[in-house]
Amino acid sequence: MKREAYLIKDVRIFDPALKLDQTGDVLLRDGKIEAMAKGLKPEGDLEILDGKGKVLVPGLVDLHTHLREPGYEHKETVETGTRSAAAGGFTTICCMANTNPVNDNAAITQYILQKAREGASVRVLPIGAISKGLQGKELAEIGELKQAGCVGISDDGMTLMDSQLMRLAMDYARGFDLPVLTHSVDANLAKGGAMHEGEVSCRLGLKGMPAEAEDIIVARDIYLSGLTDCHLHVAHVSTAGSVELIRQAKRRGLKVSGEAAPHHFTLTDAACEDYDTHAKMCPPLRGEEHRQAVIAGLADGTLDCIATDHAPHATVDKETEFDQAAFGILGFETALPLSLRLVEQGAVSLERVIQSLTSSPMAILKRPYTGLQVGAVADVALLDLQHVWTYRASEGFSKSRNSPFEGWEMKGRVLGTWVDGKRVHQG
Amino acid sequence: MALKTPHILSMSDLSREEIEFIFQTTDSFREVGGRAIKKVPALRGKTVINLFFENSTRTRTSFEIAGKRLSADVINISKSSSSVTKGETLLDTAKNLVAMSPDILVVRHPSAGAPHAVAKILQRARVINAGDGAHEHPTQALLDLLTIRDHKKKIEGLHVGIVGDIAHSRVARSNIRGLQTFGAKVTVVGPKSMIPAGISALGVDVSYDLAEVLPKLDVVMMLRIQTERLDAMPFPSVREYSRFYGLNPQLLKKAKPGIVIMHPGPVNRGVEISPEVADGPYSLILDQVKNGVAVRMALLYLLAGELESVKGEA
Repeated sequence: MKREAYLIKDVRIFDPALKLDQTGDVLLRDGKIEAMAKGLKPEGDLEILDGKGKVLVPGLVDLHTHLREPGYEHKETVETGTRSAAAGGFTTICCMANTNPVNDNAAITQYILQKAREGASVRVLPIGAISKGLQGKELAEIGELKQAGCVGISDDGMTLMDSQLMRLAMDYARGFDLPVLTHSVDANLAKGGAMHEGEVSCRLGLKGMPAEAEDIIVARDIYLSGLTDCHLHVAHVSTAGSVELIRQAKRRGLKVSGEAAPHHFTLTDAACEDYDTHAKMCPPLRGEEHRQAVIAGLADGTLDCIATDHAPHATVDKETEFDQAAFGILGFETALPLSLRLVEQGAVSLERVIQSLTSSPMAILKRPYTGLQVGAVADVALLDLQHVWTYRASEGFSKSRNSPFEGWEMKGRVLGTWVDGKRVHQG
Repeated sequence: MALKTPHILSMSDLSREEIEFIFQTTDSFREVGGRAIKKVPALRGKTVINLFFENSTRTRTSFEIAGKRLSADVINISKSSSSVTKGETLLDTAKNLVAMSPDILVVRHPSAGAPHAVAKILQRARVINAGDGAHEHPTQALLDLLTIRDHKKKIEGLHVGIVGDIAHSRVARSNIRGLQTFGAKVTVVGPKSMIPAGISALGVDVSYDLAEVLPKLDVVMMLRIQTERLDAMPFPSVREYSRFYGLNPQLLKKAKPGIVIMHPGPVNRGVEISPEVADGPYSLILDQVKNGVAVRMALLYLLAGELESVKGEA
């Protein structure tokens, strides 16, 4: 079978992990980056793209997404979710275990991977459950999950409140060399909460989730990481307290990493005014001091990566009373431009942003990172950092429409995404 | 003059002038309740739907009587008798009702913001928030302000204490806004576990000591403990609550002469207020209820009346 071939001419080749920032031509052929040099004149049938003024980066990696299959195919499927991911420049994504049935056994993992083989636009790496049914009562078959293809374990969406079971999970996962990804919200302290606890929740008469509900669990899990020598990855860090806890843990040399979600570094709880359910997520949008702390954590590397927490929901789940609405928003197609805003504002360097979307998440998964070098797998994204456009969820590729960024002016666009040398998105 | 806001969702939608205007209108309706034939034709041919997703005696009856005394056609829908029990969403229920061309929807709902969601889908009909979760209960605040003004002549400069379950109280939030609009000073009082985080942003003073605050107050509003909204008991026992935060005759001796005591109801006698105080000479509880009908007549009249000038249909 003939493979696709592309020659991207005069493009800025940018891979901060490899300290690469130069202009030249890049040839993608036979699934590989075949050549990178100035003035390439390759033979054969290929599509030539003008890369002048554009940037070629390694394909983006998202550690935290919800593809909703099996069980919630009305919200998203592996096919639609990965298509949306491709439009966002992602070439590898991890999907969380809160499907129905839960991905707590090898059969479900295999089902997801089968769906991915049949119709995924990008690479799919499943995350298995920590506990059976995400119930927090007994361990899932973690060894078999890994064997089936899971790259980490998480009870995302639920916090494992039993500290003893969490300790056992981390001990056990350490033996299988799997990272444990945590959703850190003290379930008792945050019970019934619909948004961040503070002035806005008080005004709106909505039950709040205090920042401390996150801090307490992050602190506990950092201690357990020290006790078990297990890699702890704190998902969607939203509070100044947890940023500081992770910073200290890293200083102490613990195996702890963290991620920031674009909505947490872009919006505050003020977005909940007027009871906009698209501003409802968990962890919730916090106050400005927390937002600034997350940005600072991303800038100094305390938070290793940016992950979207792409959480599609059908209109019926969102067009409802605020306290009844589902938590979560779409993430893939807005992640890059929202991250680039931080560069535009001078808060985070372009190097850090691209690293946090490429090499850093791969390092957390302990997967080999090949990046932009000759002979590497051709997982790449071509970006126009200057292109200004207006985001419309209805023009996106997800099955769902739940985004608080509807109508926002975005700067930075994905012009093309390639996985294994095959173009999976053209923007 | 006309109200600027198409809907009555929050006390922050209303300026002092608009509230004064509502009270002037209220004054003209007060005597209707004292007539032998308690009916005026003001809203003949108008339709008011009371859409109540939460139990209510006072507010629902008050709105119903207010509508009927104005000759409006009043329809009552409660959660248990509506299609909500068949799985219909709030917005679908509202859209279906709107298709029948009502003029005013009076909405009570356990979720904060529910009347706002309904208001967003309406083009012609008006919404009155009759209590949404722990957010607001603006008509209660209006009748409370009117009752205070009736007895104190003016509201400006008064020191008003709101005592009890502030965290879950929509009455507190609406009254805080309304009282501040009129230049009153507000102190919220209760066990700290029932005072919501972020309360100081509302510009009120906070106290955890009723005995200490009471002597400074011109008006005290006692609130019911909203057990139906509590996840966990925020105080050890009703007995202890009542001892520290209940208003009883002994504590009342410390109050300023001329203090007035209010309660939005329903009253839990012997918990937040003792029977002697609730029924005593300083209590305005039944005046509040009486004023409620007249205030709601004024609001229905002002909102439905304005519809005359609105072109186009929903």
